[in-house]
Amino acid sequence: MSKENLEIIIATDCGSTTTKAILIEKKGDTYRQTFRGEAPTTVEAPFEDVTKGVLNAITEVEELSGRRILDGERIITPNNGNTGADIYVSTSSAGGGLQMMVAGAVKAMTGESAQRCALGAGAIVMDVLASNDGRADHEKIERIRQLRPDMMLLSGGTDGGSVTHVVELAQFLKAADPKPRLGASYKLPVIYAGNNKAQPQVKEILDSSTALIVTENLRPSLERENLMPARHKIHDIFLEHVMQQAPGYPKLMKMVGAPIMPTPAAVGVMTEKFAKANNFNVLAVDIGGATTDVFSVFSGVFNRTVSANLGMSYSISNVMAEAGLPNILRWLPFDLEEQDLRNRLKNKMIRPTTIPQTVEDLQVEHAVAREALRLAFDQHKALAVGLKGVQQERSISDAFEQSASGASLINLMDLNYIIGSGGILAHSPRRTQSMLMMIDAYQPEGVTMIAVDSIFMMPHLGVLAQISEKAALDVFYNDCLVRLGTCLAPKGMGKEGQVIMEWELIEENGKRHSGELRFGEILHVPFTSPKGKAIVKPAKGFDMGAGSGGRVEAAIEGGVVGVVLDGRGRPFDLAKVPAKRISDLNKWYKAMEMYPV
Amino acid sequence: MAHAYTPGLKVIPCTVLRKKRLLPIPGKVLVELDRQVEALDVVAQTQLPGKVFSVNVANRLAVGPEEIQAFMLKKEGEPVKKGEIIAENKPLLKWFKTSVESPVDGTIETVSAVTGQVLLREPPKILPIKAYVKGKVVEVTPNFGVTVESEGTFIQGIFGIGGETNGEIDVVAASPDEDLAPEALNAAHKGKIVIGGRHVSLAAIKRAVELGVHAIVAGGIHDRDLRQLLGYDIGVAVTGTERIGITLIVTEGFGMIPMAEYTFKLLSSRNGEKASVSGATQIRAGVMRPEIIVPGYPKNVTTCKKEDGRGWIEPGDPVRIIREPHFGVIGTVKSLPPELTKVGSESHVRVLEVDLPGGETLVIPRANIEVLEK
Repeated sequence: MSKENLEIIIATDCGSTTTKAILIEKKGDTYRQTFRGEAPTTVEAPFEDVTKGVLNAITEVEELSGRRILDGERIITPNNGNTGADIYVSTSSAGGGLQMMVAGAVKAMTGESAQRCALGAGAIVMDVLASNDGRADHEKIERIRQLRPDMMLLSGGTDGGSVTHVVELAQFLKAADPKPRLGASYKLPVIYAGNNKAQPQVKEILDSSTALIVTENLRPSLERENLMPARHKIHDIFLEHVMQQAPGYPKLMKMVGAPIMPTPAAVGVMTEKFAKANNFNVLAVDIGGATTDVFSVFSGVFNRTVSANLGMSYSISNVMAEAGLPNILRWLPFDLEEQDLRNRLKNKMIRPTTIPQTVEDLQVEHAVAREALRLAFDQHKALAVGLKGVQQERSISDAFEQSASGASLINLMDLNYIIGSGGILAHSPRRTQSMLMMIDAYQPEGVTMIAVDSIFMMPHLGVLAQISEKAALDVFYNDCLVRLGTCLAPKGMGKEGQVIMEWELIEENGKRHSGELRFGEILHVPFTSPKGKAIVKPAKGFDMGAGSGGRVEAAIEGGVVGVVLDGRGRPFDLAKVPAKRISDLNKWYKAMEMYPV
Repeated sequence: MAHAYTPGLKVIPCTVLRKKRLLPIPGKVLVELDRQVEALDVVAQTQLPGKVFSVNVANRLAVGPEEIQAFMLKKEGEPVKKGEIIAENKPLLKWFKTSVESPVDGTIETVSAVTGQVLLREPPKILPIKAYVKGKVVEVTPNFGVTVESEGTFIQGIFGIGGETNGEIDVVAASPDEDLAPEALNAAHKGKIVIGGRHVSLAAIKRAVELGVHAIVAGGIHDRDLRQLLGYDIGVAVTGTERIGITLIVTEGFGMIPMAEYTFKLLSSRNGEKASVSGATQIRAGVMRPEIIVPGYPKNVTTCKKEDGRGWIEPGDPVRIIREPHFGVIGTVKSLPPELTKVGSESHVRVLEVDLPGGETLVIPRANIEVLEK
């Protein structure tokens, strides 16, 4: 069936704990997501067959929709009346996802490029080895031996450059004799994407002891990254080796109509498609129980990072360890004993499925979420950078800026859209909570639209986008995104109470709202029109994207929350005096109608 | 309320359990099928390849990497002693002679003409695997190890630190809500598994380490104490490799929480008997909880239970609340309303009504309770 004729699509995402199925149907010219079902993932004992969970989730969709999709364990294709589907696609992160170790000659150069390459392919990077990573050689070898990755990416050197470092890494790798995580019987896949001149030596060293795959250099010159060939190889090996070892996956691979993608890779594809279709700079985040994934597209450059130990249940205590207790306590509009907070978070860690019953307990989780989002974003900013080690040509006018190579690509003033997903953002009792948590964590500047993916459909849509971009984008706009609204935040600092911006908002139906924003306050304007316009005139010393005091007219989106005018200044920080901080928080939470009174 | 049981957390007077005892890499299995083993018997062992060290011979001799072969005194595969000369140059004047010594005892693994490095490997280390529990070998996995089957009392804690150990059970607390005080511990507790009641403090743990106590089991611990004990915050609950000189298991959680009465009574019924314990905890897919295993039947038990309990909740079931604002409170299920109910946080969730002994009724999210066995 050609992709233009797709009418009925069934898609699943096999997560570590839950397998989610969605049904997409073409209604007139538009694709809509109509029914969904979910079932526990069945990768582990006693089932040890991922397809059981898939069939259960699809069966739920069958029951809800009245459409017969399964014939025993087979998906009926193509669709005919009220039976079957035209295509079935799936993503997977079950069994711990794709775990990789990467190596490069210089940590900040090929090491980072290799890391970006693996992360972009949807992997969890267990460690980055480099000739200059500060560890003694025997420590590196020990580390390779201890970790049992699914595969390894070896890079190093620019094409035609020195071969010494990369050959040394290959020798360490051979000495360590690493074993793959799953399946003791097969050799560890190693992708070599380094200096092309070293290929013969690397082959000689590693060909007999590993499953070596040689591809183009991911950093052919200092000025250029070429990540796609290695990324494609990672994806191929994921399907050919890693998936084959996971329980039931060979069966699942026969059921699908398009290659299975690692879940984060699919989310990345969807983020990129959305950014490209709208010419937006986009930040997307998925905050889960154990990990937080951050995706960004800035000026067309895609980046992904995963913070493996920042999350809201299994990893909640690690958020505390990394952020520090004071940083969590600062978001609470009441006093809480440090001992009490410590015990609460540890109890959540050991009983990860419990949920907040009181507002106070909810506020504690929201405080942790802000810090988890902030830390994961910091890690993302550190990796989403321009290439390091590149000589920059400077004119005399640049001489005063002194921007180093490797500056972060993330510029909050240029950020157009934030998409949040994951339980704490998608299922907050009030949507204002999700919006303010993201504003507090990311501190967007200027005009920024914010939405949530309430049932985490981006993986399904990302894999679908490989077959039909239209179907994926239709569902993304109509059913996946829950638009919260727009944040208008002038950059600059002032005195409390000082007028920092005049603003006017015009809804699609012509309805107007206007007023002044004072420093230190948050204004919340209900604004449900999907489209609208903001005309803002910041005071001198404040920037909305057109420089200090520059007037800005921008297209905005309304949503279930509306427009939030954030007058707390940028860079925003909370008051150091506890009483003032608590009073500020209460004032802002009240303005946002965050919590029941 | 007497009997405590949490779904997922097992507290069973007598059950049949199997422990896989496998090497991380292939080695030799030392016991045969059907053999009776004691906890401390070694059932399999292997040789871990030694650590690898590198020496940049080319740099040290100031020659090109491709030239080093000519200066090597030892070839690949040859054994060397620490301090033994492995390479040296041959200058015209002896004064300018430079020699390179081996940093370790081991063998020459590789000599690289590309990098100028020589890799040396230390001799292998023996890695033994013990039976851990007293029982019978019921399965042999060739080259890797065995499965040991044992009948006995099996109690899982909620969280632990420290690895596998064993010793005699010594119930020190008089009741499940008594704290384990440092003064209650003495030299007689050396090598024992000490059972506390409600809470164990940092001072008590330190005292136990000094005395050589093998393990402490108590209801709760303060996270602050845990941090001080370890010197760092545990971020993710993956434990078992801590080296603090003791294994620690909490049965209920963090804070001052009395040990479930049933667990306490069961441990008391095995007072003075030998047990195997492990603090290893892993709370992710493939959950692992800390455990206490006492081989053999308790005095009043004649057969071992095969099933793990009912696994669902009914009105009349005793439950414990495991989240604020009623953390640790015990009551009885009154009803299980099927519809979603709005709770204080404004979330719409499935709930249950819990009757407290004082006559009060609470509405609690179902995710926030643990069932206690009748």
